[in-house]
Amino acid sequence: MALQLEPLEQFVIKPIVPLHIGKFDVSFTNSALLMTIAVLVVSAIVVIGTRREELVPGRIQSLGELAYEFVGNMIDETVGAEGQRYFPFIFTLFMFILFGNLLGLIPFGYSFTGQIIVTFAMAAVVFIGVTLIGIWRHGWHFLSFFVPHGVPFVLLVLLVPIELLSYLIRPFTLSIRLFANMLAGHTMLAIFGGFAASIGVLGLLPLGLDILIFFLELLVAVLQAYVFAILTCLYLNDAIHLH
Amino acid sequence: MPQFDVATFPTQLVWLAITFVALYLVMTLVGLPRVGGIIAKRRDRITGDLDKAQRMKAEAEAVIAAYERALSEARTKAQHALRETAERLAAEAAEQQRKLAESLNAETAKAERRIAEAKATALQGVRQLAADVAQEAAGKLAGAAVDPARVKAAVDAVMRDHG
Repeated sequence: MALQLEPLEQFVIKPIVPLHIGKFDVSFTNSALLMTIAVLVVSAIVVIGTRREELVPGRIQSLGELAYEFVGNMIDETVGAEGQRYFPFIFTLFMFILFGNLLGLIPFGYSFTGQIIVTFAMAAVVFIGVTLIGIWRHGWHFLSFFVPHGVPFVLLVLLVPIELLSYLIRPFTLSIRLFANMLAGHTMLAIFGGFAASIGVLGLLPLGLDILIFFLELLVAVLQAYVFAILTCLYLNDAIHLH
Repeated sequence: MPQFDVATFPTQLVWLAITFVALYLVMTLVGLPRVGGIIAKRRDRITGDLDKAQRMKAEAEAVIAAYERALSEARTKAQHALRETAERLAAEAAEQQRKLAESLNAETAKAERRIAEAKATALQGVRQLAADVAQEAAGKLAGAAVDPARVKAAVDAVMRDHG
């Protein structure tokens, strides 16, 4: 059996349909396939699951309503009513990451959220979007966000760069948090899986551990999607209300 | 690490953009309005049902109140009628009793008068008779005619003495 004993091999991008635009390789890959499946699954739940618009919801409709109210409440609690304008974006972001994480846990699946470029792109969109919203709402006054209130002028010389740095670091922390969680979880699963396959009967122990880690990863998958979404909300709140 | 293979970045970014925008459009245009509509409809339905229940309860309470009012009115009316009837009957009874007493009194008075007359007549007859008997007896005993006026006076005196 040619089982993968190289734990990072699972993250390799493999082209399915090779495509090129100019000098760029834009092949439809395993990652793109999983993104497409995530879009189809989320659409199936939210659009097809609710097509009968039942007053007493069935299972799938309940799932769609649950997600809707979950994200709606999250925005309400962190941003308030002004945040509801960005509800579709945050909902899409949350569901896309959630199903990216979950589909990655299905055997032979692939976790596109375990790719730094994907998480960074999403974090960058959030960061740039939130910054633009802040500037659009407050103009130059948005810069006061970096100036803490009631601090002596001398300290400001120190604090403003710190505030600025902690703001600019956001897209990195946001993207690396999700990426690292997915990377670590999948690597751990692969390592224990490799042990289980290579040491015969004794492999039952790492197999059992693998099963436990799988459930932990299920939790992490949901939690990290939630964390990404709620941090987006908090950043949005900063941009709308400043401090 | 495969994650830092820059050659894979363009395809990942392109497909991320395509799928994410596709999902965003599907959610914005179809999914979220529908789910939001379902939730709003359910909320409206529930508040509508609650309102209806409240209204019906109020109606039921109004009907009960009206029923109780009608009942108490009927009861008062019945009591009123009962009292009136009792009073009327009592008055009639008293009137009849009064009339009866009057007629009995009249009868009694008439009877007493008749008795008194009869008594007077009888007394008159007795006196005459006594006078006649006395005169006759005196005439027989004394053998002489006695003056009827004196006999009469003597009889009157005796009758007066003995009642």
